[in-house]
Amino acid sequence: MTKPFLSIENLTQTYPDGQGGTMTVFGNATFGVEKGEFVCILGHSGCGKSTIMNILAGLAEPTSGVVVMDGREVSGPSLDRGVVFQNYSLLPWLSTLKNVSFGVAARHPEWSKAEVLEHSRKYLAMVGLEGDVIHRKPSQLSGGMRQRVSIARAFANHPKLLLLDEPFGALDALTRGTIQDELLKIWGDSGQTVFMITHDIDEAILLADRILLMTNGPFARVAESVEITIPRPRNRTAIVEHPNYYAIRNHLVQFLGKRSKELAGQASDGATQSPETVRIDLTDAADEPTPEPRLRAVNT
Amino acid sequence: MPSLSLNQRALLLSVVMLVVGLLVWEAAIPAQKAVGELTEYERLTGGGAPKAGVPPPSQVLAKAWEELSNPFYDAGPNDKGIGIQIGYSIYRVLSGYLMAAVVAIPLGFLIGMSPVAYKALNPFIQVLRPISPLAWMPLALFIIQDSEASAIFVIFICSIWPMLINTAFGVAGVRQDWVNVARTHELGHLKTAFTVILPAAAPTIVTGMRISIGIAWLVIVAAEMLVGGTGIGYYVWNEWNNLDLTSVIFSILMIGVVGMMLDAAFASLQRAVAYAE
Repeated sequence: MTKPFLSIENLTQTYPDGQGGTMTVFGNATFGVEKGEFVCILGHSGCGKSTIMNILAGLAEPTSGVVVMDGREVSGPSLDRGVVFQNYSLLPWLSTLKNVSFGVAARHPEWSKAEVLEHSRKYLAMVGLEGDVIHRKPSQLSGGMRQRVSIARAFANHPKLLLLDEPFGALDALTRGTIQDELLKIWGDSGQTVFMITHDIDEAILLADRILLMTNGPFARVAESVEITIPRPRNRTAIVEHPNYYAIRNHLVQFLGKRSKELAGQASDGATQSPETVRIDLTDAADEPTPEPRLRAVNT
Repeated sequence: MPSLSLNQRALLLSVVMLVVGLLVWEAAIPAQKAVGELTEYERLTGGGAPKAGVPPPSQVLAKAWEELSNPFYDAGPNDKGIGIQIGYSIYRVLSGYLMAAVVAIPLGFLIGMSPVAYKALNPFIQVLRPISPLAWMPLALFIIQDSEASAIFVIFICSIWPMLINTAFGVAGVRQDWVNVARTHELGHLKTAFTVILPAAAPTIVTGMRISIGIAWLVIVAAEMLVGGTGIGYYVWNEWNNLDLTSVIFSILMIGVVGMMLDAAFASLQRAVAYAE
């Protein structure tokens, strides 16, 4: 079996529990992400999603286990893995343009200043930031605009893997919708591999090729990998009409509402914890040998 | 009546307070009795000679005019213009202060970045910080053997603490998110220090620098009273020995004005490095 582009192998994270023992957040988590894939990870707070994200970014070290990207083990942060943080993490003393260009300059130290600025402007324009706005400081921008800058900064560097940590968590629903559309567009053009944390089921269905579902912690694990069998390009108003939409959505809601709790708290005893692949497709039931049991599982 | 802006009303009030204050001061000074009104006994005991007293503001203003119209004259060791005296004081303050900044800011950076360095140096800082800078003077005079350099050393030792503590505090408090941004962009240690940590901590560092310059200006007056020779502190003490209270009051005002200007310079630096989150 060939390794996927990004391979997470037996990742375990434990913390001291304050009483001399240890608390396992997740144990032996194993999953992969293919090149060019958009993967969302869904789960309740405290299941270790952000910890996984930080390990992938190289900002944190797992207790055990490895992350292999493109044949090389991840250790420490790298420009190959771009991160969009939940709180935007723009540098408040720099203008919008400088916030993007300092990253571009770090990526391409051989470029001239003009090239760096030109490239930065191009990516800011892709997320709809042009004109005077790019000379403003982040404090003079709305939350939505700040997150756009953060997205532009990440995409402008063409990382091999883009990590999005609940990028729209702090935005209102309308702004969120607009930026999701922009994200889809800029992702479609770039073919980037994306790994994203979210709490929003609809957002995950709209954006992802595959959704990883995590059980509750402690001993959280990536229990299922749900394929989103809705063709692209997707459009938020059109996808709700698709026959698979509510089937998938129900499955996700059931998982998060009920099964994430039922499956929680099981120590892995050293066994590799790979997610079970779930494919829900009502459009061509003939191709799927056993769609019914899956759906029954959904409805129980 | 046209409505005045807040600033205009405040200015008006300030002017009124100044004028009233000066008038009260002027009126409170008892007039010298004319010689004709004195009794014989008073005249025999020297009552007719001009009495040394607190001068009225009009006299101080006249003195100020006289001194400020020729601030840089130099008529020997005990008679120099106010500009020269203030120049000496500023020179001492700035040399001691700059040396302190050169030591305190890099050291503060180190302490802020490294919890071990912080814990190791903290006891020394806590003991040395509350020492009155003038208490160092005898030791400085003995070791350095030069009163000029000792005054500068006293300024150095008094300005180092606020800068050191604020730099360490500012650097330690830089948001981890910004450091993570630097890390994910593979910035080296030095690049991270200059492009992320320094601008992030700059407002706190400059606040420390502003506190330091204020303290340095307070201390230089006392230090110069001790070491003597030149400087505004020496000037005040010298005029006291001359019993020239007009000059004393005038130089007190000058100390205030220069201190205010030093503070204003750092306030504008503070505005320049400030950022809104």
